Amino acid sequence: MRSLFLAALLSTTALPALAEEPTQTLRIALAEDADILDPTLARTFVGRIVFAGLCDKLFDITEKLEIVPQLVTSYEYTDPKTLILHIRDGVIFHDGEKLDAAAVKYSLERHASMAGSTRKAELSAMDHVEVVGPLTVKVVLKTPSAPFIAQLADRAGMIVSPKAAEAAGKDFGLRPVCAGPFKFAERVAQDHITLERFPGYWDAANVHFARVTYQIMVNSAAKFANLQAGAVDIAERLAATDVPAAKANAKIKVNIIPSLGYQAMNFNISRKDGGKSATGQSALVRKALELSIDRQALIDVVYNGVHTPVAQGIPASSPFYSPDTKPPARDIAKAKQLLAQAGVTAPVPVNLTVSTNPDQLQSGEVIQSMAAEAGFDVKVRATEFTALLASEDTGDFQAELVGWSGRVDPDGDVYSFLHSGAPLNNWQYSDKDVDTWLDAARATTVDAERRALYAKVSAKVHADMPVMYLYTTAWVTAVSSKLSGFQPVADGIIRVKGLALAK
Amino acid sequence: MSSHLGARIAQVLPTLLLVSILVFCLQQLMPGDPALVLAGEERDPAVLAQIRTELWLDRPLPIQYLHWIGGVVQGDLGFSWRIRQPVVSLVATKLPVTMQLGFMAFVIAVCIGVPMGILSAVKRNTKWDYLANSIGLAGLSTPNFWLGIMLILLISVKLGWLPPSGYVPLSEDWRLSLSTTIMPAFVLGNAIAAVLMRHTRSAMLTALDQDYIRTARAKGLSERVVILRHALRNALVPVVTLGALELGTLLSGAVLTEQVFSVPGFGKLIVDAVFNRDYPVVQGVVLVTATVYVMLNLLADILYVVINPRLRGA
Repeated sequence: MRSLFLAALLSTTALPALAEEPTQTLRIALAEDADILDPTLARTFVGRIVFAGLCDKLFDITEKLEIVPQLVTSYEYTDPKTLILHIRDGVIFHDGEKLDAAAVKYSLERHASMAGSTRKAELSAMDHVEVVGPLTVKVVLKTPSAPFIAQLADRAGMIVSPKAAEAAGKDFGLRPVCAGPFKFAERVAQDHITLERFPGYWDAANVHFARVTYQIMVNSAAKFANLQAGAVDIAERLAATDVPAAKANAKIKVNIIPSLGYQAMNFNISRKDGGKSATGQSALVRKALELSIDRQALIDVVYNGVHTPVAQGIPASSPFYSPDTKPPARDIAKAKQLLAQAGVTAPVPVNLTVSTNPDQLQSGEVIQSMAAEAGFDVKVRATEFTALLASEDTGDFQAELVGWSGRVDPDGDVYSFLHSGAPLNNWQYSDKDVDTWLDAARATTVDAERRALYAKVSAKVHADMPVMYLYTTAWVTAVSSKLSGFQPVADGIIRVKGLALAK
Repeated sequence: MSSHLGARIAQVLPTLLLVSILVFCLQQLMPGDPALVLAGEERDPAVLAQIRTELWLDRPLPIQYLHWIGGVVQGDLGFSWRIRQPVVSLVATKLPVTMQLGFMAFVIAVCIGVPMGILSAVKRNTKWDYLANSIGLAGLSTPNFWLGIMLILLISVKLGWLPPSGYVPLSEDWRLSLSTTIMPAFVLGNAIAAVLMRHTRSAMLTALDQDYIRTARAKGLSERVVILRHALRNALVPVVTLGALELGTLLSGAVLTEQVFSVPGFGKLIVDAVFNRDYPVVQGVVLVTATVYVMLNLLADILYVVINPRLRGA
């Protein structure tokens, strides 16, 4: 009887507590400041992290890289070029406007056509959008496109309030209005971005914070110190050198997962002087350079072993990864043999451009030291990242160390870099077979067919080696041990929904 | 006097105009295309072309300059290409932060540097002199970012006394504001204190050797009065000049300290803008900095004339 009374008493006191509005603030340390907070114009990775709290997308991806509905409830292809999206009912924007089929059409068209939109290439397969019901949208594609749904699981699938977007025009990013779990509150450039809980959110029961503050902490040591001091709850991209100390700290939990992106050495094979170099002229020389490099040793020395060696642009976590294209073991004798076969004499000069980031510089030096044993004379040229981009664009480089953040669909990882004339194919690699396979993989939605096609692409590109893929980068996200519900996802985006902090 | 000041004032506008042309031309020499930075990873050629058109990057440089300076004359410094905020509002947000940090650093530097310099000169060639010199040398040779990280680890992580980073405006919560800025101010002030200490010592040694000091001592004045009222007063003139110069450099020279302590100041603003080829922000910040320098210089000239009667007839 007494226990029943206690239970009744507890339930009467506990229930109001459960119904209480969240009061805590989640503090996330970002490694750099975001650019404009308009999903149509935005381009930075950290911007995507902020959007995860601000703007829901038509689709999302899970930690298993499955594409799942977010603002849609279901979808179907009525033919390979017609996609029907069924929009979730009862969703409202932060300004109280209803999110319906017309809003989806407006946002997709805005992404595809607005001046300066960085979503244009992502939605290039889209021909037009039709509203076929209050909550039903028909997207008509120019050609069948397997990666199209994956594009809608990122910024191209974010839906903005048409009313707010029309009113603000190009300044929409100063006060963005979307339909995410948090609404925009304040931004102090280079300092912080604050979002406030949106009570009208369609999944409000899964939101356990009153506010999220994204704090900009450029210095990695300072970022780690803030986490140690309890001044932030999550630190994204913790420096690999801080990982042992973070793991030893009981107040911190370290999450390391392979990302979708990679780090690679790109070779200029046909442009200007760089293309006329030994590495530009001969695939044998490039293969010899590859054989002189021990990828795992490079990762161990520079990155405390957190990354994973790879020899293709598609990460091992993807179902389209080809297990047949593996990184070869270091073999100096074979490397020398290939150089002799290529008819070049040691030392073979290689001008390797790297960014001024200390990790990249150190990677360049490790490669320089390893390659010297096989007869390469690697000269590491450090340049600021923006200047590096410019030299890549104009073809003024011989070899460079550059990364790619990765995409959920493999098309985004390889097509633009390897297809003849594609915008990011700055080394001007051109192979008819690879073009055919890439086009075919883009057009079919049958996974088995795509897997076989991407396996061929990976093998051929590994043989020709316009790009020497070095390793799949890892996301190192450190969180307070008081935080629950954190699920690292390969895209590196921190999803704030479902997170809770013990008091 | 009025003609002297008139000439100085007349130099202000041409100076600023020259600065604006210089900064505009020099940044064009930087390798890297702003459109490439703005277009993001995908770098679609159509988007690149659109960005260049929208930002006037496809027009001749003189036209771009005139377009920008035309806005400046009307009080419009343009908007940040990266985050689309007006440059005027960015400057208005950041300048007070750096000014607060600079002022606190300067006060700390004077409080440490000047007494140490006096002690060192008065106790010349004693253990106090050596100690003060060693501390000064350590202050000069300690990198700011290292000292910053060490302070964060000790004061914030180990002892939990102060917040490790961030900034709160004075108007919002002055206690929290001081607690967030005291460590970066100390780091900045530490290096300046060392310079001030060495200059104070040198100036005091010179002053203490002067005849009027011997006269003051011969008159039977106490050593305290001789040092503080006679020697220090004269020794402080070059020290104050140096201090003013150091205060000026704090405006744009606190970048590393601002980064370590995540203080959203002026230095961080310009460095980020340079790396992102955010030209309007670079131009705006340099122009504002130059204006502040020129105005301070003008103020110094005016004060000099006020203080030194011999210049009034010039």
